[in-house]
Amino acid sequence: MSGAAVAAASGPVIPHYGTSDSCVLHNGAFCWHWFAQNWGSLFQPKLIQHVELTVIALVIGFAISFVLALAAHRRRWLAPPVTFVTSLLYTIPSLAAFEILVPITGLGSLTIEIPLISYTLLVLFTNTLAGLSGVSAEVRDAATGIGLTRRQMLTRVELPLALPTIVAGIRVATVTIISLATVAAYVGNEGLGQLIFDALHSNDFNTQFLGAGGLAILLALVADGFLVLTQRQLTPWATARRPV
Amino acid sequence: MNEPPTTNTAAAPLEMRDVTKRYPGAKTAAVDRLCLEVPAGEICVLVGPSGCGKTTAMRLVNRMIELTSGDILIDGVTVLKRDPSDLRREIGYVIQQIGLFPHITISANVGVVPQLLGWHKERIARRSADLLQLVGLPEEMGSRFPGQLSGGQRQRVGVARALAADPPLMLMDEPFGAIDPINREHLQNEFLRLQSAIRKTVVFVTHDIDEAIKMGDRIAILREGGELVQYDTPNEILAHPADDFVARFVGADRGLKRLALTRLADLDLIAAPCVRPGQPIGSVRNQLLPGTGVVLVDTDGHPLGEVPPDRLADGRVTDSDARTIGQTVTTAFTMREALSLMMTDSLRPLLVLDGEGRVAGYVSIELINRTLHDEAQHARRGSATGTR
Amino acid sequence: MSAFSAAFTFVIHNGHLLLTKTETHLAISFEAILISVVLGVPLGVVLGHIHKGSFLAINVSNVGRALPSLALLSVLLPVVGISRTNVIITLVVLAFPPVLTNSYVAVEQVDSDVVEAAKGMGMRTSEVIRKVELPLALPLIFAGIRTAAVFVVATATLAGVFGGGGLGDILFNEPSYKLSGVIGSSYVLVVLALAFQVMFKGLELAVTPRGLRKQPRLVPPQVVEPSVLQPAA
Repeated sequence: MSGAAVAAASGPVIPHYGTSDSCVLHNGAFCWHWFAQNWGSLFQPKLIQHVELTVIALVIGFAISFVLALAAHRRRWLAPPVTFVTSLLYTIPSLAAFEILVPITGLGSLTIEIPLISYTLLVLFTNTLAGLSGVSAEVRDAATGIGLTRRQMLTRVELPLALPTIVAGIRVATVTIISLATVAAYVGNEGLGQLIFDALHSNDFNTQFLGAGGLAILLALVADGFLVLTQRQLTPWATARRPV
Repeated sequence: MNEPPTTNTAAAPLEMRDVTKRYPGAKTAAVDRLCLEVPAGEICVLVGPSGCGKTTAMRLVNRMIELTSGDILIDGVTVLKRDPSDLRREIGYVIQQIGLFPHITISANVGVVPQLLGWHKERIARRSADLLQLVGLPEEMGSRFPGQLSGGQRQRVGVARALAADPPLMLMDEPFGAIDPINREHLQNEFLRLQSAIRKTVVFVTHDIDEAIKMGDRIAILREGGELVQYDTPNEILAHPADDFVARFVGADRGLKRLALTRLADLDLIAAPCVRPGQPIGSVRNQLLPGTGVVLVDTDGHPLGEVPPDRLADGRVTDSDARTIGQTVTTAFTMREALSLMMTDSLRPLLVLDGEGRVAGYVSIELINRTLHDEAQHARRGSATGTR
Repeated sequence: MSAFSAAFTFVIHNGHLLLTKTETHLAISFEAILISVVLGVPLGVVLGHIHKGSFLAINVSNVGRALPSLALLSVLLPVVGISRTNVIITLVVLAFPPVLTNSYVAVEQVDSDVVEAAKGMGMRTSEVIRKVELPLALPLIFAGIRTAAVFVVATATLAGVFGGGGLGDILFNEPSYKLSGVIGSSYVLVVLALAFQVMFKGLELAVTPRGLRKQPRLVPPQVVEPSVLQPAA
């Protein structure tokens, strides 16, 4: 375990033992009182930071993947090289990626965001492209036959039909980002992971572990669930299953 | 076609006694007190509209579905007392989508049941090779994989696989249904030829009445609700449908369908007036049929031409009098095909040749009519004993 | 850029250290992978064979995939404490879902006509699974194991967060090993991940029966290439 030097360098937030709360003193499993007290000063800001990190990575990652997928949809030869590059980026363990970037981009948001974004490019690109290609030839044929232009076909037919697959990709990307962002706190003092590392390096305070970890897990599950519901709202036809 | 397989267990008779299958919560039974007997070595076709329970009934035999009540006996032994897996290893099973195992070779596919039964490797390999030959596939196909075969080829492998352990009974569920019509006819003909050599007891399910008529020694017509409406030979069903349902199911053209059942070879053809060139025609003058002339033949009986009635004034005929004969048929043609051809020529009698091209006789519309009438009489008398 | 070359130097000069750390890292990884496989494959195969439990098999994967690894580790700390066991449990929880889901889907999606024919020919349940469903399902099952394995080897680094062993010991310990050490261990980690990817892909190809090799995949991938997860929950 690293010493106080590291703790000091990363600016820890030491729990306030002001009240003689026996739970806190004995490092009980989870001290609600303490948690509620420190919500505003400790947990909430980090949670918001975490969400910010996630949303930025998601939006940028999706934007890049979407453009690439549209291009590969039109020009098939683009698919293999793009897939190769994105899977390479995917295979590099994120932790390693964070560390390798530190000399280049220092400690901070950028170091976190770049691996987050590149890690999800594979999923978002693959799924968006798969969703678009998955639209059957007959449907495309009928659309052209009615007189839709390529752009109209894209916006009115292909994209709506591809939506379930695309959202599936966004779901995976989102939870992946949330998970990686937690670890990324190691190279940047942001997000819920920060609280976890602090607790590890200073006081092993159970409530902090459970609080921060639990919040991250909840965030991931809520985001996942939210996206599922959104997808069902947008595409009622997709989830209706034929009885087998 | 080819030599029969090396082993040849006797075919077993099948009996269904009050076989019933009722699914929980369903208003009507899937199969309702089905009673029928299939003599050993015969093909019994279960046919009917969708939902009539024909496939269910078939699958009750090998206990892929369990009986609600009643009994099924193979060679007198009830299936209920046997272990299902053991039972199935003694029954050949062919389904519409075939279900070949894509991960093993054709040869291994054919040898699955023998392997389950514990045969020696060499015996299995020989058996596979024999069977592939029997169903008309080249030997080297044994080392290919199902993914590399066409639909028709795969279907043949399916039949070979079902025959591998030489079972006394075969169950076939729309085996040719997924094949295109041309190949389907080939496969049907080949199976019939195979059956004439190996004589298995077969339960064959189809929704196609024409296939039923072609393949079946006996046909069982089922109605929705699993009810047996008529169980008889094809000829009897076509001649005397039991009720409106059967009549509608076999189709309004059942008369024509009956004609397809008999080949000219089986008929007592009308004797054709034949003379050799230079022979007097007096002897055959009274054999002349309206609309036809005298047939000129060579010493072997091969037709050389036909002398129309207006040229028969003098007693003899020569080559120069003869005109070439128009349409002829052979004894392999069915009555239906003969009738069809006669209709293109104002129903003139048609000259029939035998397998070697010699004159066998004439077929006329009157002969066909008489034959149908006689057949119906005979069938009614014979149906009690169940003979064709 | 000097940091990168310094890292290379670190790797060259600390071969023994890195080797020891890698050994521990691999030990942790293989233990977690083994446990997930032993738990996940039989369960998935059985559920897939009886065609039941799809809700469980698919959604366990959805939930499991969502769990942030460090957070999970963190949440387990009050329970299991700071230990190797904590890491193993976390890794198993994260690796189990793709193994389970892939095993389930792989067996469940075996062509029902093939299974029907197998049963109809007189194969008992165990024979159907052993001779028909498993051989056909193995490629996809191994794809799931591959997904899990690559993920495990990357995440096992977390053990180093509290000195539990493995390459993370170096990667999370900048004070002792400096940036060059941290990046150097990252290099090794990348190589390990790629090696796992290649090794398990090779295994996957090795278990594909000959008859299936020229065929297109049994299940068209909807999500990231190695695993198969359905779009709608």
